[in-house]
Amino acid sequence: MISNMATTDMGHHDHREHHREVNDSIDVFGFWIYIMTDCILFATLFAAYAVLQGNTFNGPTLKELISLPYVLGETMFLLASSFTYGLVMLSVYKGRRNIALMALLVTFVLGLSFVVMEVREFMHLYADGHSWHVSAALSAFFTLVGTHGTHVSIGLIWMGLMMFQLWKYGATPAITKRLTYLGLFWHFLDIVWIFVFTIVYLMGAI
Amino acid sequence: MTLEQILFGKLTLQSIPYENPIIMGAGGMMMLIALFVLGAITYYKKWGYLWTEWLTSIDHKKIGIMYLILSGIMLLRGFSDAIMMRAQQAMADGKHLGYLPPSHFDQIFTAHGVIMIFFVAMPMMFGLLNMAVPLQIGARDVAFPYLNSLSLWLTVVGAMLVNLSLVVGKFAATGWLAYPPLSGIVYSPGVGVDYYIWALQIAGVGSLLSGINFMVTILKMRCPGMTLMKMPVFTWTALCAMILVALAFPIFTATLAMLFLDRFLGMHFFTAGHGGNAMMYINLIWAWGHPEVYILILPAFGIFSEVVATFSRKKLFGYTSMIYATISITLLSFVVWLHHFFTMGSGANVNAFFGIATMIIAIPTGVKIFNWLFTMYRGRVTFSVPMLWTIGFISTFAIGGMTGVLMSLPPVDFQLHNSVFLVAHFHNVIIGGVVFGYFAGVTYWFPKLFGYRLNEKWGKRSFWCWLVGFYVAFTPLYILGLMGMTRRLDHYSSGLGWHPLLLIAAAGAVIIGMGVLCQCIMLYVSVKERNANRDFTGDTWENGRTLEWSIPSPAPYYNFAVTPTVEDRDAFWEIKENHVMNPNIQVQSHYEEIHMPRNTSTGFIIAVFSGIFGFGMVWHIFWMIGLGLLGVFATAIRRTFDKNTDYYLQSDEIIKTEEARARDNKLGDSSEINDEELVLV
Repeated sequence: MISNMATTDMGHHDHREHHREVNDSIDVFGFWIYIMTDCILFATLFAAYAVLQGNTFNGPTLKELISLPYVLGETMFLLASSFTYGLVMLSVYKGRRNIALMALLVTFVLGLSFVVMEVREFMHLYADGHSWHVSAALSAFFTLVGTHGTHVSIGLIWMGLMMFQLWKYGATPAITKRLTYLGLFWHFLDIVWIFVFTIVYLMGAI
Repeated sequence: MTLEQILFGKLTLQSIPYENPIIMGAGGMMMLIALFVLGAITYYKKWGYLWTEWLTSIDHKKIGIMYLILSGIMLLRGFSDAIMMRAQQAMADGKHLGYLPPSHFDQIFTAHGVIMIFFVAMPMMFGLLNMAVPLQIGARDVAFPYLNSLSLWLTVVGAMLVNLSLVVGKFAATGWLAYPPLSGIVYSPGVGVDYYIWALQIAGVGSLLSGINFMVTILKMRCPGMTLMKMPVFTWTALCAMILVALAFPIFTATLAMLFLDRFLGMHFFTAGHGGNAMMYINLIWAWGHPEVYILILPAFGIFSEVVATFSRKKLFGYTSMIYATISITLLSFVVWLHHFFTMGSGANVNAFFGIATMIIAIPTGVKIFNWLFTMYRGRVTFSVPMLWTIGFISTFAIGGMTGVLMSLPPVDFQLHNSVFLVAHFHNVIIGGVVFGYFAGVTYWFPKLFGYRLNEKWGKRSFWCWLVGFYVAFTPLYILGLMGMTRRLDHYSSGLGWHPLLLIAAAGAVIIGMGVLCQCIMLYVSVKERNANRDFTGDTWENGRTLEWSIPSPAPYYNFAVTPTVEDRDAFWEIKENHVMNPNIQVQSHYEEIHMPRNTSTGFIIAVFSGIFGFGMVWHIFWMIGLGLLGVFATAIRRTFDKNTDYYLQSDEIIKTEEARARDNKLGDSSEINDEELVLV
């Protein structure tokens, strides 16, 4: 009835190691579920955007405001950062801390470039009088794109923290787990951006 | 910006409603009680104990108890709102205007709804999940104990913000879902809606984290052998409810965020002008709101399933159909939201789809009702308090369900929309279903956490007051609704003939109040006479079927000294039937080491900072917003540097705890026998 899987032949250390691996896999599963809830948050904002994107209240449409090449550049930065994050994880698995740190730094710079470009775009729109006050369509645009940008910014703060911890503690199991979380988060934001790019910018430019 | 605005934002001394004696009285009363409690803690020098054993605790059982305390206190607040509304409507007929000005009445019905759903029902639900789920699946704790503590304290902070709005400023006067454009900045320029938004955002994040936590716990931390179809029904319903939380609460968060952006940054999601679409808010909020009612009722269904099997001494009839019914309800709950606003004009086809989908939900629910009835059929039913709540539920909920199906017909709904018939319907299912269920659950699992049963006599009195009170209070509302009375009226003309029925409804509320009073007495008597109702065996209802009854009461902090392995449904019943030795009761000579999380103050501190952030957001005090955000991030980051978050409990320590417990129980048991002998002599 009761399992008494004796630990005697499987020393304390192995036992704990096994326990930790099981726990880590549970934790990562939990993070996946969190990502899914965030996905629904974005889905809601996408739905709101889809409903409101035509309600320009006689203001300019998005087509008149955006520059596709500029956004394509932004997109490339983010996509490249997802690739370099993959390199981070590969080097972490191989135990190459310094290469991982370098790759993290590159990812950080690419992510930062994306955010800076987005902020510049927003500032231009605002300065030209196309702010969120103007119409429901622009409210939905700024909120959807801005929420993604906020996520990326939080990801950057987190990445800074992880660079410090990776440098300080090395690629310990705990740090590797956190880097896995951050990776999931980062790639997820990449996927969301592909939807933003397609639905907001490409379809908006038609 | 003046210095005063920088320091206090929109907050001024005029924000405190000195002129209103009711609010000041209530606020003063709350302050007095708080001072009394704080004074008592200081006098008995319990601050250290409170901090180390409770506020920083990440033991799911203690977190469950704290959720229940929050829920109980907020029930008193929400119930006083109910009494005030009933009193107002009983008085305010014809030339009498009652005692509440309309603006205050509007805040009261808003607060009543918000408090009852978010700060009574939700915490009680999470309290029960914390009490029972890990024990039912043979787990040491939840998957993320520290997040569990964070969830609790975020919920508490949300509740505190709502209560603060009573004295500092105003609460929303918009109804519990804050429909725009009324809740927009143009029509609600005060801070009421901001309190609403931030109290619910903060508590909502807590609920979402709890949802993720329990989903992972149930899916990943079951003991060996417990496949999904061997899980206890309560765990199943909890799993489905948590899936709903994870799917629905992000919609809520996003919707409230959009309402906030409309109010704070002047956006136009839901405004009347500039292309805003208020109907989108109503769609979005109900896309969360309808699953929300199932989030509340599904765990109640689970509780009834456990209780009915235990007190009928039979295994649950139709386990498999029960599970599939639960899953169907989970799925269907996402395709019925539009029935909350058939009158909005979505067109006949859309209304027909949602009407039919709504009617279909009655089928799995009916399956459940029959399963419970068939479990009782030919069982040896003991009419203990949890069973009384269950039987009261079955009949009451059936009526509530039928009025619901009635309103799922769009043409009927056009007549009844926003009438008190609707108010009667949802109280019928929420009181008759959720509240009765949770009370049954609290009575049922209370001994597992505290080691003694609740007083039966006062429990039964409370049940009868609630049951009778419910019918007296809400049957008149059904009739009034058919007579055309709309909801949320602070005054009506006397020629309508409503007054007598509203007097009866007020009397019903008083009877329910007596039920609440009986529950307070029940708690007092139970604590006082705890030695008479002590549980020495762990299987306090004698016919427990699931794993939580296989361990001693109160459950040790590590739950299971030995992780069980399960071969059947009703795992503990099998142990008893087969007369197998139970290593969680019999003290062993050696135990495997147990991995335990260490207590942490992180959750509590993060929640305090979110409270500061929320208050700053309400009053536009920017330094508080900054401080709150910074505090939240800094505290969370600080924890990532803490390497001392867990420990291993060694065999001799477990033996010591287990032996002490066994000794106590033996002593207690024999002294009880001696008492009986004395009486016989």
